[in-house]
Amino acid sequence: MVISEKLDRFFTEKMPEYPTKRSFLVPMLLYTQDELGCLTDEAIAYLAKKTELTELEVRNVISYYSMLRTKPMGKFHVQVCTNISCQLRGGDEIYEHCKHKLGIGHKQTTADGVFSLEEVECIGACSWAPAVQVNYDFHENLTPGKMDKVLEDYRNRK
Amino acid sequence: MADLVQHPDEVRVISQRFGKGAAGIETYLALGGYQSLRKALGMKPDEIINEVKTSALRGRGGAGFPTGMKWSFVPKESAKPKYILVNGDESEPGTCKDRLILEHDPHAVIEGVLIAGLAVGARQGFIYVRGEYRYLVDILRKALDEARAKGFVGKKICGSDVDFEVYWHTGAGAYEVGEESALMESLEGKRGIPRIRPPFPAVVGLWGGPTVINNVETIAAIPHIIEMGGAKYASYGPPKNGGTRLFCLSGHVNKPGVYELPLGYPMKKLIYEVGGGIPGGKKLKAVVPGGSSTFLLTPDEADGINCDFDSFSARGEFLGSGGVVVLDEDTCMVNFALRIMKFYQHESCGWCIPCREGTDWLKKTLTRFHAGGGVDKDIDNILYLSQNMLGRTFCPLGDAAAIPTMSIVKKWRNEFEDHLHGKPCPYESRVWPEPALA
Ligand SMILES: Cc1cc2nc3c(=O)[nH]c(=O)nc-3n(C[C@H](O)[C@H](O)[C@H](O)COP(=O)(O)O)c2cc1C
Ligand code: FES
Repeated sequence: MVISEKLDRFFTEKMPEYPTKRSFLVPMLLYTQDELGCLTDEAIAYLAKKTELTELEVRNVISYYSMLRTKPMGKFHVQVCTNISCQLRGGDEIYEHCKHKLGIGHKQTTADGVFSLEEVECIGACSWAPAVQVNYDFHENLTPGKMDKVLEDYRNRK
Repeated sequence: MADLVQHPDEVRVISQRFGKGAAGIETYLALGGYQSLRKALGMKPDEIINEVKTSALRGRGGAGFPTGMKWSFVPKESAKPKYILVNGDESEPGTCKDRLILEHDPHAVIEGVLIAGLAVGARQGFIYVRGEYRYLVDILRKALDEARAKGFVGKKICGSDVDFEVYWHTGAGAYEVGEESALMESLEGKRGIPRIRPPFPAVVGLWGGPTVINNVETIAAIPHIIEMGGAKYASYGPPKNGGTRLFCLSGHVNKPGVYELPLGYPMKKLIYEVGGGIPGGKKLKAVVPGGSSTFLLTPDEADGINCDFDSFSARGEFLGSGGVVVLDEDTCMVNFALRIMKFYQHESCGWCIPCREGTDWLKKTLTRFHAGGGVDKDIDNILYLSQNMLGRTFCPLGDAAAIPTMSIVKKWRNEFEDHLHGKPCPYESRVWPEPALA
């Protein structure tokens, strides 16, 4: 099995809630990616079979959604919002700071594989800007100093 | 997660359970939850729709379409199943309110779906939450399980003869999927490409069945309307603009946050009293009234306008999604226009040529312009390109990119002139304010 049995069971239980087999595809892609780190060829073949689609059809869906990827990212994926509300409160500075601290740029991963970085669009934290998401966790009202602390905490968690 | 704020002018309807633990069903029930569902089960479908019409509730997703009217478009008889689809894709820059509703009061959304379904004859509902909001998906899943265990969702809800299923769903990163027809495509497991209309979703929607699509905040208002009555809800706002809404204050204000205020609340008070004014006592330069797709307001315009749908449409502009972004005097409007265009260029799904090519061309022009490579004719060219995207696409993403751009060029043309012919950006050296919250 490409993914864990638990996840496969979760998909099998959830799919009949919809009238077509492919309907649950987008969440399945995301949950699969969460487990594997990225959408591997094997994962795509597995999901194509499960939804009775061709692999090409699955790849077509993957390429549309910004969170989905076919190459692995760092263990902690640092997503810095630089959209308007964040920009007005220093989001660009936070992004530059992360680039400098981690020594990587947009969609790059550190050599040890611990961190990757991405400049992202609005993440729905505008009133608590500037904001960053590390994997799914929000970090808000940031300053460069607070950002250092956030990165440090993740580094210690690895 | 996100901090809650308060102001004495707030009228707490939708946010009345925020911070009280109502994501757990016991607390929700103790605070009067699911009473409106019981009431609605005793009402005729038309009575529910009329109550919502009386409430003058208008869509909180941005367009402000009257909700009761939208529901009344759903055909009574349908060979295919009917659906309620809740739009929780929340990605309009400046907007961060649906997140609070799903975090603090998910059962209000579930209860709203059930009542909407009773009104239009749907027996299935889907709540679509953007992929980045995973913690909210988890909260929602737990809430749905609890609601099912208590008999509010599933077979014979509340002991009636109605079977009603409510399901969760999640995206994977795409602003365009917030557009209602792209949202349906995404829920069907496809790329989020918009559908041409007509037919409208109320007639041909999800899997070909009649579908009501409403924003999270719109749906969350429904149980309150059924409880207090449409007339009471309507009375909070000016005529035809019923109730309250969540305003997401951000940018250069001392007290950013999400505040629930009556529709028609004066913009000036919103910025200076609720928001505590601008850091450092600086002057106002511009206001984004309701997310990045709206026409920006000059200080004079912001001074005199009330935040309701009709006050904006009277000017040919839009109230939008509730995301109020405040810009102080040191903000570069060219750079701001550029950041907005970068966003739309990134999010254009590429289906319609005017939007795909227009946003790309505009991004390139604005990038060069802001860097000092602008020439006189660029300014009118930016306007011309924007105007030519308007109304020429399947969905309004092209309009959403054009509208702020046109308003910035028209209202702050002088700033474009200040950048011409190799002059450096006059605002490049600005110092970012420290966030006011600790
Ligand atoms: C590009 C684009 C993005 C949109 N994004 C959202 C969104 O994230 N959430 C939302 O509720 N409505 C969004 N809308 C509006 C929806 O198309 C639709 O009008 C709305 O969900 C209807 O609900 P309402 O009547 O309750 O406002 C978007 C529209 C466009 C054109
Ligand atoms: S603009 Fe950064 S979170 Fe919305």
